[in-house]
Amino acid sequence: MKIKLKIWRQPNARAEGGFVTYPLEGVSTEMSFLEMLDYLNTTLIDRGEAPVAFEHDCREGICGCCSLYINGRPHGPAGETTTCELRMTKFEDGATITIEPWRSKVFPVLRDLIVDRSSFEQILQAGGFVSANTGTAPEANSIPVAKHHADEAFDAAVCVGCGACVAACPNGSAMLFVAAKVSQLALLPQGRPEARRRVREMIAKMDDLGFGACGNIGACEAECPKGIKLTHIARLNREFLKTGI
Amino acid sequence: MNKLDAKIPAGPLADKWSNHKNDVGLVNPANRTKLDIILVGTGLAGAAAAASLGELGYNVKVFCFQDTPRRAHSVAAQGGINAAKNYKNDGDSVYRLFHDVIKGGDYRAREANVHRAAEVSNQTIDQLVAAGVPFARDYSGYLDNRSFGGVQVSRTFYAKGQTGQQCLLGAYSGLIRQVARGKVTMYSRRDMLDLVVVDGRARGIIARNLVTGEIERHSAHAVVLATGGYGTIYYLSTLALGSNASAAWAAHRKGALFANPSFVQIHPTSLPQLNDYQAKLTLMSESLRNDGRIWVPKAKGDRRSANTIPEDERDYYLERRYPAFGNLVPRDVASRAAKERCDAGYGVGDTGLSVYLDFGGAIEKQGKAAIAAKYGNLFEMYEKLTGINPYEEPMRIYPAGHYTMGGLWVDYNLMTTIPGLFAIGEANFSDHGANRLGAGSLMQCAGDGYFILPVTIGDYLADKIREPRMPVDRPEFAAAEKEVRDGLAQLIAVDGSQTVTSFHKRLGRILWDDCGMVRNESGITRALESITALEEEFRRDVKVPGDTAELNQELEKAVKVRDFFALGRLMCHDALARKESCGAHFREESQTPEGEAQRIDSEYSYVAAWEYRGERAPHTLHKEPLKFENVEIKERSYK
Ligand SMILES: Cc1cc2nc3c(=O)[nH]c(=O)nc-3n(C[C@H](O)[C@H](O)[C@H](O)COP(=O)(O)OP(=O)(O)OC[C@H]3O[C@@H](n4cnc5c(N)ncnc54)[C@H](O)[C@@H]3O)c2cc1C
Ligand code: SF4
Ligand code: FES
Repeated sequence: MKIKLKIWRQPNARAEGGFVTYPLEGVSTEMSFLEMLDYLNTTLIDRGEAPVAFEHDCREGICGCCSLYINGRPHGPAGETTTCELRMTKFEDGATITIEPWRSKVFPVLRDLIVDRSSFEQILQAGGFVSANTGTAPEANSIPVAKHHADEAFDAAVCVGCGACVAACPNGSAMLFVAAKVSQLALLPQGRPEARRRVREMIAKMDDLGFGACGNIGACEAECPKGIKLTHIARLNREFLKTGI
Repeated sequence: MNKLDAKIPAGPLADKWSNHKNDVGLVNPANRTKLDIILVGTGLAGAAAAASLGELGYNVKVFCFQDTPRRAHSVAAQGGINAAKNYKNDGDSVYRLFHDVIKGGDYRAREANVHRAAEVSNQTIDQLVAAGVPFARDYSGYLDNRSFGGVQVSRTFYAKGQTGQQCLLGAYSGLIRQVARGKVTMYSRRDMLDLVVVDGRARGIIARNLVTGEIERHSAHAVVLATGGYGTIYYLSTLALGSNASAAWAAHRKGALFANPSFVQIHPTSLPQLNDYQAKLTLMSESLRNDGRIWVPKAKGDRRSANTIPEDERDYYLERRYPAFGNLVPRDVASRAAKERCDAGYGVGDTGLSVYLDFGGAIEKQGKAAIAAKYGNLFEMYEKLTGINPYEEPMRIYPAGHYTMGGLWVDYNLMTTIPGLFAIGEANFSDHGANRLGAGSLMQCAGDGYFILPVTIGDYLADKIREPRMPVDRPEFAAAEKEVRDGLAQLIAVDGSQTVTSFHKRLGRILWDDCGMVRNESGITRALESITALEEEFRRDVKVPGDTAELNQELEKAVKVRDFFALGRLMCHDALARKESCGAHFREESQTPEGEAQRIDSEYSYVAAWEYRGERAPHTLHKEPLKFENVEIKERSYK
């Protein structure tokens, strides 16, 4: 197939960016979206132009490296799919595809389509853990965990920390990401002792870093490639109320 | 000098680790704060180590090439993690786990290390659960286990198909807690490009900041590599595209011996290669073989669609050849059998390079719901990637490069042949012999990082508490930095006409064909010649666009491929020197009359550890003899 790509190019964090259009022939429907970009890059290198920088690693939807705002949607048009899992069968022959980096002031562009998501690290460092030093753990079966709690904690824990929720949110809120961690650990007895401090500090850090407030719009849930549910935000809110702030 | 003193503690097998812990030197808490440790790699091994070392009070500097430690490729492990808890009351024990790993490794691993890995496995599960890892549970609220990888007990802990992700995030949460405390400093988006050795000891690294291109010097009292496996050397593999051998290779060039480089596990159930653009082979979990039956048509070149081929025209070749284990034979056996059928012209799909994994019978017997409950997410993934619905049509699968048993040689203390340089996780060679059992790697990585390294590195550091912090303006750092800069500049300067990836694909193809599932002398010799010629071409004609002082992904790839050429040759030398078949290493010259692998214990019961002697000089082979005092050596048989 033959497509037209409109891609955000920006040589580094300080430089001005802008869209550049690349017609691309010889695209196969058997390609994944990122294989299509690999192919574009080969043609760019052959022509002596700079290849498009984009982030990726596992190429199987689990590391959370890949991002990309494709035709106005984080991770493109397919539901519950990361960009690396997206296939070219989702696009028509002759289509124009617009590719941008995550748009958010908390995720500054480093080059082309690569953004800096280290603000997520700072939020997690504020409380996204159980303070269990190596060696202190009791025998694993000494604390039973109701299966439905374990399962629900798992559903939250599959967040890959990609940032699509922030990119999708009109307010630029990181609430779904934060809620996934808060909810996972709140559901497990191992996480209970620190539950109040955790939610307080993570929310404070999120606010400090300049993420927007959650308006319960639900765009995050719609675009999350891992199907993280808004119910986790509801649980976060309940946990937050318990802190009495 | 004997380069290979494994330093295995004396005493009965089951007491070695306890005795050793009682004997090793300790560093008191106040002194730990004066000691710096560099740790490269944040997979399960590195993250667990970083958390534990930070908790102990050391100053830890941690490096990874991704933007955050939690994206290390451990995240992709699907099936599970083993431990000897015996929760199922099915007769499991530390000894049995040890025994299975030794046997699975085809008697090419060190007894003492493997036993220790089995000993600490239970504590690892305790630790991960305490960290909030949501392992699968049954209705009682207790942890569930499944049977995995052809063993007779159920000892595998799992979190659906995302066990690696959950374990890694658990270890990572311990790491970031230490970042918050200021005990761990995180250097993400860094590539380690060289090791700095001062007075014979590992004292630092040279790293490249992948955003700015800056070359940085970092010093410490000890250096730990947890940089994972190098299966990406085949280009197409189940690994993340960034996985590489460059850090380990830098250490190797500085004096760390490299052990068993040719021991690579080829996983039998991956998605097949469909076209030339493909960048990756996605693994389909081994657990699928519990219910799926593997077959090809009985007639050569039969191009009918799978569902139209009648039952009696199907060759369930694993069940035919291995009636006792059938579809559950170990990975290497299943992989070779698939290759054998495809090479003989019975393969299916456009390329003829795949076989069917069929759930039709299982769905008929157990119902679709039961199969969906077990494998739903895998079926979805398969459909997403191929557009084929495996509830209705059999999956197509083919083997793929997956796990490298080979790696840096380490002694019992996980220290390489360079004093002060440690290697943990998949980056070392230590526990899996010639073949790794399913769910054994996560077990080893976590054990190395949480419980073993923190003890053994303390022993090394115990007499170094008076050593001041190493200044990075020493000539050794300057020399290493210059070498790195020259190497990078050289890659750019070639300014040839072929992309890095095109070379990587060709290198991968050579190794896949002649140093992959099946090897023989003439093939390996041919591969050696081809690799050397290809490397020459690379040096003459590779095109690396851009500059060293910027974010440059092509340059990052070029470094990796440059090092893969050298490692690829070493793999071939290793495969050539080992004229026996063992585990995943199948030498055609060494097979039984029935075509099964023939081990030759009288000659090859050793670890092959290779010493680097210069870019153009041949490596020197050192042998660490293996002694088996606690297991009876048997031929593997799955008939
Ligand atoms: C698809 C798949 C499924 C698997 N399933 C299972 C399973 O079910 N059970 C099981 O036990 N095992 C499984 N394995 C194997 C297991 O996942 C790996 O062996 C293990 O996770 C490796 O962990 P590690 O900590 O050694 O390295 P990795 O997790 O690979 O981490 C390597 C780290 O090193 C860093 N790094 C590498 N090179 C450099 C450099 N030059 N400079 C700076 N940093 C560097 C990376 O950034 C990363 O942080 C699977 C493997 C794959 C590929
Ligand atoms: S909640 Fe979903 S969208 Fe947000 S970071 Fe996690 S996986 Fe990505
Ligand atoms: S590249 Fe890993 S999730 Fe997309």
